[in-house]
Amino acid sequence: MNTATTSTSKMAADPAGGSLRFYGVWLIGIAVLIVLPMIFSSGGSLTSFSLIGIAIVFALSYNILFGQTGLLSFGHAVQYGLGGFAACHMMNAVVSHGWPIPLPFIPLFGGLGGLVFAMIIGWVMTKRAGTVFAMISLGIGELVASSSLILRSVFGGESGITTDRTALPKMLGWSFGPQLQVYYLIAFWLVLSAIAMYALTRTPLGRICNAVRDNPERVQFIGYDPHVVRYIAFCFAGFFAGIAGGLAAINFEIANSAYLGAIQSGLVLFSTFIGGTAFFFGPILGAILVTYLQLGLTNLTTAWQLYFGIIFIGIVMYAPGGIAGLLMMHRPLIRAGTLWTVIPSYLVAIVPTIALACGVILTIETVARFSGGDAINLFGNAFNPTSPVTWIAAAILVVGGAFVARLTWRRIAEAWDRAATVARDRGYLA
Amino acid sequence: MTAAIEVRAVEKRFGNVGIIRDLNLSVAKGERHAIIGPNGAGKSTTFNLISGHIAPTSGEVKLNGDLISGLRPFEINRRGLSRSFQVTNVFARMTVWENVRCAVLWATGHRYAFWKNVDSLPEVRERTAQILDDIHLTHRRDVPAGLLTYAEQRELEIGITIASGATVVMLDEPTAGMSHAETDRAVSLIRRLTEGKTLVIVEHDMSVVFGLADRISVLVYGHIIASGTPEEIRRDPKVKEAYLGEEAH
Repeated sequence: MNTATTSTSKMAADPAGGSLRFYGVWLIGIAVLIVLPMIFSSGGSLTSFSLIGIAIVFALSYNILFGQTGLLSFGHAVQYGLGGFAACHMMNAVVSHGWPIPLPFIPLFGGLGGLVFAMIIGWVMTKRAGTVFAMISLGIGELVASSSLILRSVFGGESGITTDRTALPKMLGWSFGPQLQVYYLIAFWLVLSAIAMYALTRTPLGRICNAVRDNPERVQFIGYDPHVVRYIAFCFAGFFAGIAGGLAAINFEIANSAYLGAIQSGLVLFSTFIGGTAFFFGPILGAILVTYLQLGLTNLTTAWQLYFGIIFIGIVMYAPGGIAGLLMMHRPLIRAGTLWTVIPSYLVAIVPTIALACGVILTIETVARFSGGDAINLFGNAFNPTSPVTWIAAAILVVGGAFVARLTWRRIAEAWDRAATVARDRGYLA
Repeated sequence: MTAAIEVRAVEKRFGNVGIIRDLNLSVAKGERHAIIGPNGAGKSTTFNLISGHIAPTSGEVKLNGDLISGLRPFEINRRGLSRSFQVTNVFARMTVWENVRCAVLWATGHRYAFWKNVDSLPEVRERTAQILDDIHLTHRRDVPAGLLTYAEQRELEIGITIASGATVVMLDEPTAGMSHAETDRAVSLIRRLTEGKTLVIVEHDMSVVFGLADRISVLVYGHIIASGTPEEIRRDPKVKEAYLGEEAH
């Protein structure tokens, strides 16, 4: 399994034969974005889709730093938040001065807000990579987040800066009052940003970013200053984070200190890592999953952050390539035609793995609600958290599930080794 | 004619320890120059001093007559000096093709461009393909560099080093750890690829050194004790005593 997880390649590597498939993927993505609100038209779904769209832009911008250039930032929400504030101030200025700038152009000003701050702060920040950069990003994040509460005229203190998106000039008769119109605005900027960020990875700069990620020392001996490379990457990441912040400002009609804070910075790191940093589409998957879970889990359980933590630790330990890495490691097997030899072992593993997961969920919920004494409602069944039956059931599920699941996971590993060997022999795996 | 590399009175101290003392070295243009010496003599440090990896405590290094000591590695590289590393130093997660292409980009003038599609730059593509062909890794072009065999990584290392078209090429133990057959292959590769260029090479394998070099310098305890043609070095009593004495059978 190791060889497969270490092998990384990029989307649509073949220049000629893959181009049709490559454009196909993008067109399908755009089509999905257009059709989605027609299928799920409830207010709740539109809000979810809007939030997911914003999260995707934000996570993709984070991956310019993390996945592409190897910069682990703990303060990426700074650029996002400042983009949000810039957009809010711009919207209010447009309204008060009567400028003829319709709402769809506002995210650009959010982007500029993020970009300008990145340009100012970035040169010092990107002087060193690794731990130094991570620590400085954490410091800057705290600094800006606390300043936002102090500098009231700019950040509006606790309450933030509010705005009214419908007060801006209309475009093509759209007032952007209804959530559906806001969704399409977000979808438009999502497509634009995603294309731009993908294109960026295919430029000389984008390639050198990867080289800096892999080996900043060697880069210096092929003519490049890694500091400059990191700086430009940081500016681009700031710009696109600012666009995401601008979209959020439009969506919520407010920008406040929560936009800039450590929680927001942590969430984007989380989404990007869970999705997978080695592939362009990884952060997209991560943003969709994390936003969806965040919206869904908060309604279901008070311990939702605990689940996030468990998922994150699980991914870091067992699938460092994220969801995208897990998916893409099957590609050579599909090409070699050996995937079917692995599938049965997956099917066998499903049952004990689900049992283990249920056991963990039951344990967490029991512990979380023990003090409250509320009944637990899991998958339509009620459990009493103070009852020993519940505790025993949880223990059996966790211990028994883990024991059997380990055996089945070993079978997966063996099946994988066999399939990978065949794939290697057939030349589909290095 | 100005020398390709001129090292004059260079000293390097780490704290109180002088690693390199009064180093003088002159490499003429188009020459194949080997630096030999026992382990710990400071051969790699000499490489690092010339290529800008570390700055000399005192003294000066000139490249084609221009002072380069104190410049950053990428500034020196842009002036036409390229080096390889003793320990393989490639871009492990990127493919062989991308490794070489990255090394081609600056020299072809694309620098930090973020408005060009890297796949549609014909001169970059041709040059990369040429280099891959030269180092016999075309069939491995889509393999991540980290998954290559050791010998292949060493060849890629040479490919990255020469990709920029630098006129002065420095190779730090290019055949270290290679089998006999692999070494022969590597030597003919080096000979072919550095045709018409200035080559400075650090090497432990004496058959490689005496087969490849026009001139040899012997470094002992951070000081060059002799410099001359292979024949002169072979006869030099100081060299025999300090170095070849133990090695020449």
